[in-house]
Order: sequence, then structure tokens, then C-alpha cells
Amino acid sequence: MGKATVIPFGPQHPVLPEPLHLDLVVQDETVVDVLPQIGFVHRGLEKLVETRDYNQFIYIAERICGICATGHSIGYAETVESLMGVEVPKRAEYLRIIWHELSRVHSHLLWLGLAADAFGFESMFMHCWRLRERVLDLFEKTTGGRVILSVVKVGGVVRDIDATQMAEIISVLDGLKDDYTKIMNTLLTDTSVKNRTVGVGHISTEDARSLSMVGPFARASNLPYDVRSFGKGAYGDLADFQPIVATEGDCYARVKVRCLEVLQSIEIIKELAAKIPAGDIEVAVKGAPADGAQASNVLEQPRGECYYYARGNGSKNLERMRIRTPTSQNLAGMTVALKGCDLADVNMIILTIDPCISCTER
Amino acid sequence: MGSFKLGGMTFGSLFKKPETLLYPLETKPAPAGLKGHIVNDASLCILCGICAKACPSDAIVVEKKERTWAIDPFRCVQCGSCVRACPKACLAMDSAYTPIATAQSCTVLEVPDPKASA
Repeated sequence: MGKATVIPFGPQHPVLPEPLHLDLVVQDETVVDVLPQIGFVHRGLEKLVETRDYNQFIYIAERICGICATGHSIGYAETVESLMGVEVPKRAEYLRIIWHELSRVHSHLLWLGLAADAFGFESMFMHCWRLRERVLDLFEKTTGGRVILSVVKVGGVVRDIDATQMAEIISVLDGLKDDYTKIMNTLLTDTSVKNRTVGVGHISTEDARSLSMVGPFARASNLPYDVRSFGKGAYGDLADFQPIVATEGDCYARVKVRCLEVLQSIEIIKELAAKIPAGDIEVAVKGAPADGAQASNVLEQPRGECYYYARGNGSKNLERMRIRTPTSQNLAGMTVALKGCDLADVNMIILTIDPCISCTER
Repeated sequence: MGSFKLGGMTFGSLFKKPETLLYPLETKPAPAGLKGHIVNDASLCILCGICAKACPSDAIVVEKKERTWAIDPFRCVQCGSCVRACPKACLAMDSAYTPIATAQSCTVLEVPDPKASA
């Protein structure tokens, strides 16, 4: 083995839009150690909970991350609702989950495009982002926003989806599914993609469990942990929900799990659209959380389990808001996956973990 | 080679209508309910200031003495809290985006005094 050399990776790197810095300790072409460093996009958003009331903070919570914006607003709203004992109408729960699953489709398609771009599959990158645009158009028509939707409020949602719009969502998703299936089959059966991903960045089930990994990263290592399977809210009304898992634990398994989750999300949206009950979409929320009241909540974001904690102090401003994001759980697993890999595979491994540093630092 | 497996879809794209628009020559029609910018019908406004209190980004300033209602479009996050809070329904979300400007400025509306006109 040659002399150990440290190669800096990021925070500005063409393959990763997020500012993640890694010191890669390399011997010859093999990565022997990884030292991650974050802290480049810390904005102190949790602290702002002291300066805005609980209704206003939802717009800050959804700006934690551009991709999981809907998820963060839902996670925050559910936490405050549980803090104040508010019961949200059933229709609002369904609408929230429909938008949340649509955002999972757009997040996974965005990631798939970036991953295809990372291994030089430019045309697939274009096709994935073309399909993602259809989901963003659905957001624009149903909520008035494309990325930051501002459609969830404490006590429900601010807009309804009427029958015409719901039918349009279903027809767009049906068309998207046809195109997406062709792309997915190409990706999962392609020899050059397999050469880059099979057996690369392996994480065993034991490691995944001991490192508390979450989301598609953990499910690709045969750890069937998905918060949606708890059956909370509208997820409880699904006829059947089984987390998608893979046993291989390598980059290919992570690509496969995310690819299949897009189809799963489309099926969830279609089922919820068929079952959605009529009724109110919001309830009036008055008063303030009691002094010392605490609440916690978990939500399955596109990247995995996200944990929310809130504490009241008797005023309209919360005492504390804490969010633990899936990427902060997965960073430890990422360093394990990187150890022992070839330097050329580092990009691929980091992308299949899909780190979101803006979420992690807040 | 795997890259040829997508060939059909990619080749077909050559003969289909482009997915993108030739902006600015072509623009996409705004769907109903698009969150563009806030407009205020000053003739209905009572300068109660509820919108300013609801605004999470402190974009709205209401001066009762000067009888002015002002919004800073560069601070506004288009959340629609003010529209929902308005007791007189004089605020509305317009679907046109905030026009491009060379300098930051507030939109100030003078609210007519109903007593003066009566």
C-alpha cells in the first residue's frame, strides 16, 4: 500500500449540490478513512421559533429544505396539533398525504436524474427531470406554488382539491407511470449502470441497525423500517402498505428501492384519491400551547424518518422546536459505506445516500 | 449498451413538441390560484392592521394616522396568511408574479377616509 493522502471532497463539488465536505484518506486508489464535516449552511431556523408565533413558524419550517418542504410543514403542523390537542378533519389528513406523496415522487425523480447524471447517463437525467416537471405543474395547479407550497396550516390545509383536479392528478400520474416504468426498467437492467452500482458501498443489515440508519438507505440493507407503516393519519386507511426493501445493501439496492418507491407513492395517491371523504379541510385553532406541554412526532420524508419535538411555554411562541432529519441519521452509515471503496466510487455512494445538508443543518 | 435502451423515448423526443417554452417569446398561462402577489382593494380596507399582525415576514405596514397600507413585495413570501386573516376580504392573491424591479421598494396605498367622502 502506498502512502496515505488526504483528498478534500466538497463543499463545492460538481456531483453534489449540497455543501458537504469530506476529508478522504486515500491509499493508492482506495479510501481508507472518511472525516465528514458540515456547517456551511446553518441558518439557525430552530431558534426563530422564539420570534414567530406557532401559526407563522410553519412558513419557516417549510423553508428548512426545498425538496422536503411539504413534509416539514406537515411534520411541524402535526406536532403543534398534538401539543394543543387539535384533531384535524379527515379530508385535510388525506389532502396532506396526497401532497406529501407527490413531493416524494418529485424528490425521488430529482434524485434519480442527479444519480444518472453522476454516472454519465445524460439522457436519463433529462427524462427524469422532464417527468418531475409534470409533478411540479400539479403542485402549481392545486396549491399555487411549485416548490414552497404553503398549503398546510396548523389545524388543516388552506386549499381543497376538487374532483376535477383530483381526476387530473390521477391522469397525469397514469401518464407519468408509463414513461417512468420505461426509464426505471432501463436503469435497473442496464449493464453499465450495474457495473457502477452492484457491490459498491455495501452496508450490512447489522450495520444499518446499529448505526440507526433510516429511509431508503436502511431499507436497501433489508431493514424494513418505514414510518408510513405505523398507519398514522390517512396512511391507516390504506388497504395494504408494505415497506419496499432490498437485501443487497449496495448502491444498486438503494437505486432499486427508490425507483420502486415512486411507483408505490403513485399507488398510494390513487388509493387515497378514490377514498377521500367529503367534509371540512380545517378546524379553528385558538389559544396557545400550555406551559411545559411537550409533543413529538415522526414523519417519513423522502429520505427517511424525520423526528419533530416541540415544547410550549404558555405563550403563542413555542419554547423549543427541534427537528432531527434523516440525513443526520445517515451520515454515520455513509462514512462506513465509503471506507474501503475506490476513489472513483465515492460520488456514486454519496449520491445513493442522497444527503440533504440544508435539512441537517437547518 | 444500456444507453440505447432509452433510445426509443429519446429518438421520439426529436419529433414531439418540445417540453420547454421559448421564454420570453412564449410564456405559460398562469393557472387559477397561482400565488403571485398580494393586492389590496383600498376602497374596502379599514386599516385594522390584522394582516400586518398575521404576516410572518413583517412585509405589511399599516399606518392608521397617515391612512396608508404598504407592502414590501421583496419581503412577502406569498403564504396568503393576510388574505385569510382579512375581515373585510379586501386582500386577494393575484396570479401575476411581482414585476421585476431595479431597486427594492414598497407598494404604498392611500386608503380613502369614508368620513371625508361622506
